Amino acid sequence: MSQRLNDLRETASQTAGPYVHIGLAPGAAGFDIYKRELGRDIAGPNARGERIRIEGRVIDGMGAPIKDVLIEVWQANADGHHAHPEGGGPVEEGFRGWGRVITDFDTGEWGFETVKPGRTRGRNVGVQAPHLNLWIVARGINVGLNTRMYFSDEAEANAADPVLNLIEWEHRRATLVATRSEGAGPAVYRFDIKLQGEDETVFFDV
Amino acid sequence: MTPQGEFYQRDRSLHPPALTPDYKTSVARSPRYALISLQCSVSEITGPVFGHGDIDAGDNDLLTNFAQPGESPIGERILLHGRVLDENARPVPNTLVELWQANAGGRYRHKKDTYLAPIDPNFGGCGRTLTDENGCYVFRTVKPGAYPWRNMVNNWRPAHVHVSVFGSGFAQRLITQCYFEGDPLIPICPIVQSIPDQGAIERLTARLDMNASIPLDTIAYRFDIVLRGRRSTLFENRLEGN
Repeated sequence: MSQRLNDLRETASQTAGPYVHIGLAPGAAGFDIYKRELGRDIAGPNARGERIRIEGRVIDGMGAPIKDVLIEVWQANADGHHAHPEGGGPVEEGFRGWGRVITDFDTGEWGFETVKPGRTRGRNVGVQAPHLNLWIVARGINVGLNTRMYFSDEAEANAADPVLNLIEWEHRRATLVATRSEGAGPAVYRFDIKLQGEDETVFFDV
Repeated sequence: MTPQGEFYQRDRSLHPPALTPDYKTSVARSPRYALISLQCSVSEITGPVFGHGDIDAGDNDLLTNFAQPGESPIGERILLHGRVLDENARPVPNTLVELWQANAGGRYRHKKDTYLAPIDPNFGGCGRTLTDENGCYVFRTVKPGAYPWRNMVNNWRPAHVHVSVFGSGFAQRLITQCYFEGDPLIPICPIVQSIPDQGAIERLTARLDMNASIPLDTIAYRFDIVLRGRRSTLFENRLEGN
């Protein structure tokens, strides 16, 4: 017999279920218990860069919007720094780069405001195009789904992005690019996430 | 740059697959294409950092955090405690642990829950805390009740507490459910049984912990949580590959 490795095994995931809001977004779900709800303000008041709004839906395999989903966002600031000791540099006071959003229980629409992130460093060389990391949990999703959202007005950076270029099927890369529109107020990016179908969003095993 | 590398590859054989037809809701909500495997970049190695300014001292006490003064929720008083470790068996300190659950009758305080069991006016059903420097956490709550759910016509969830944990990097993000030792509903629950590995199910089952129980007051269960570990880059700081 050989020696044994002492590695522990990762705890198994289970679905967040239909009542995830109670635990992770009680205020947003109309449940007043905490003095401070986490994840409501992603960028904080001092963040530099363009203020933007991101909206979308999560669509199931029947083509219907999912009305009980919770999405977590993780992003860099306008300088391309994450609010973390290994995040590449300082961030503005109050910038966390992390947030939570739940869908409207009737329509399945979600939306949040933040700042547009900058380019971030690649694994060793080069840079990544501006993007948000998204983590999606809901009833019926057994392991949280990781995806990324890129920006339609960053075509040149997107074309050089090492992660987008990992996706063998070029037409699938478009599922990760949100479409910019401008009107009164901040620019809006539309990002619908499709769990199944020909235009299924790309999800990552990170 | 850090001397630590990326997270170990997630062992998907310990997790439920996306499509688990006996858990019917998964059928229309499971991606059909293979996940694209991604070596961690800075976006996955980093993750939100929380501190004591984010939460309040009583947030981990579900016996009092929603109760009227002098009252407490109905049910079996329990301590739910344990450690958050990584796959290298290192404690994960200062990480946010959040939980939510049904009350002792099996009813959630949520407008979409219409089960017959009553709402408990003294029970909210959520709590949160930060692990200490040794990765330890503790909650005080009531043991949740089993409840029926619409899947097949006579499915009942075993008593469970939903648990959310962060770790230090977004790639470690985890939501799971904690079950309780000896519950006969565990082996017949389609959500539990979505996990293909029996050992992984046992590791989701909290053990009765008499030594941590408070005599004549509160009985204890222990639930340890393991997050993904990180590789040490022993010879150079460069991440493997590009």
